[in-house]
Amino acid sequence: MSRNTLPVLTVVLAIFLLWYIAAIFLNAAWAHDKATRSGEVLTTQTLVADTWSQEKPKLPAPHQVGAEIWKTTVEKKITSKRSLIYHSWVTLSATLIGFALGTGLGIALAVGIVYNRTMDMSVMPWVIASQTIPILAIAPMIIVVLNAVGISGLLPKAMISMYLSFFPVVVGMVKGLRSPDAMQLDQMRTWNASATQTFWRLRLPCSMPFLFTSLKIAMAASLVGAIVGELPTGAVAGLGARLLAGSYYGQTIQIWSALIMAAALAAALVALIGFVQRMTLKRMGMA
Amino acid sequence: MMWLVFAFGAWALGWWVNARLAALPRTRVTGLVVPLIFGLTLIAIWEGVVRGFDISAVLLPAPSMIAARFAASTAILWEDFVQTVIKGALTGYVSGCGAAFLVAILVDRFDFLRRGLLPVGNFVAALPVIGMAPILVMWFGFDWQSKAAVVVVMVFFPMLVNTVQGLADSSAMQRDLMRTYAAGYWTTLLKLRLPAAMPFIFNGLKIASTLALIGAIVAEFFGSPIRGMGFRISTSVGQLALDLVWAEIVVAALVGSAFYGIVALIERMVTFWHPSQRHL
Repeated sequence: MSRNTLPVLTVVLAIFLLWYIAAIFLNAAWAHDKATRSGEVLTTQTLVADTWSQEKPKLPAPHQVGAEIWKTTVEKKITSKRSLIYHSWVTLSATLIGFALGTGLGIALAVGIVYNRTMDMSVMPWVIASQTIPILAIAPMIIVVLNAVGISGLLPKAMISMYLSFFPVVVGMVKGLRSPDAMQLDQMRTWNASATQTFWRLRLPCSMPFLFTSLKIAMAASLVGAIVGELPTGAVAGLGARLLAGSYYGQTIQIWSALIMAAALAAALVALIGFVQRMTLKRMGMA
Repeated sequence: MMWLVFAFGAWALGWWVNARLAALPRTRVTGLVVPLIFGLTLIAIWEGVVRGFDISAVLLPAPSMIAARFAASTAILWEDFVQTVIKGALTGYVSGCGAAFLVAILVDRFDFLRRGLLPVGNFVAALPVIGMAPILVMWFGFDWQSKAAVVVVMVFFPMLVNTVQGLADSSAMQRDLMRTYAAGYWTTLLKLRLPAAMPFIFNGLKIASTLALIGAIVAEFFGSPIRGMGFRISTSVGQLALDLVWAEIVVAALVGSAFYGIVALIERMVTFWHPSQRHL
């Protein structure tokens, strides 16, 4: 880890540097425009200062985004509609429900596929095909239709998250439940273990490393589903709504702060699963 | 009532046939027929349930209605297909994957870059990159260029991470062998490391193929000219023309599967030597 610290820091620094430089170039046109209208002459210094502090820049500088995040998380009350924490919570709750449903469905399907040959042959190809369908494109319809039936709020968003997150779990769990080799299965048979016992004592523990790897992917996918699910509801609440509202009114700083917040959320959730994974595998003696 | 019986009958028949087929030894034919019967059964159940419960077409149109609509509006569907898939998704896919490939070779050359960029790339690949869509639409305008840009951003990091991983896959022994042949950097790259990286590269290409379509369609929700699959879906939902929405979804599903299938087919031809491609 420490061997990688310096290179990673260098790359991150380079990204920030590029970001600032890009901000100058992208925002320069507007700055020049403003200057000619007011009859000022821009020196390099005033140009740079202006491009880094515009109200609706094409690309806000990192410190502007940072200030906006600080303003909307720490200085606003959590109950306020302008608080980013409130919007993050809306998205997070849909993500978590969708993730839980998707994981449950994924594990159930995987158990069915491993234990039932008919299901393996008929369902598995469709599970794979279901992911080549761009479900996110259908998201607005699912939301609108469920709204029409009277289901609104968290559940429609959670359904989209569920659809996106069940796939990695199915694939990972099928692989994991099949990972015990013939020798281990034979050993269970010599102990006269029933199918249930083999499942709880051998197959399930063996699948844990696979499960956690797919849970990480599922969590990231679930967050994307929740964000996109918020787009068609008319931008009421949530990080997706902040993105959409920001793009309607040209509030680029708001878009970027929502984006950074979403990224932080994704990183935190994935890190959390990574932590649980390490703890679990350590206690099981696998790590 | 009749239709509900029909749905139930279709389910029972489909499952029975599949159970019988699955009990037979697995061949190429049963491997293809069983999922096909399963799919047809699902469509039959859908048709039966929609008609049986008399579900309004505004909520869920029956498959027969969708098929009729599909046949009636091929002109619109074709226009949207060209706008979204050919101009948006495909342009972005090719340039995004190409750029990622070139950057990966560059990154691989310098160990410092590899150790710095790989963790960052892995991190970015897990982020909701689709959120960049409104920003890119603002920068590149409403037409297909902004959709292609979204696709580029979405496919870049998965492709980069996979290619870099693949380039590191050849063993020290193999590289030593190349050195004993007095092979230079480029020869080693072309003759040993790129071929060895192919399974990883195709894994990246497959992930990117589904991402590309999603990116191009979702980006249209943030603004588009009056054509394109994402535009048609969001406006038709507003007009409650759900049969047209479903027709677009059928197109998206067909395109997505075909796209993935073509990449998988090329993979089979290029990496025929890899254990995962061997069949008995």
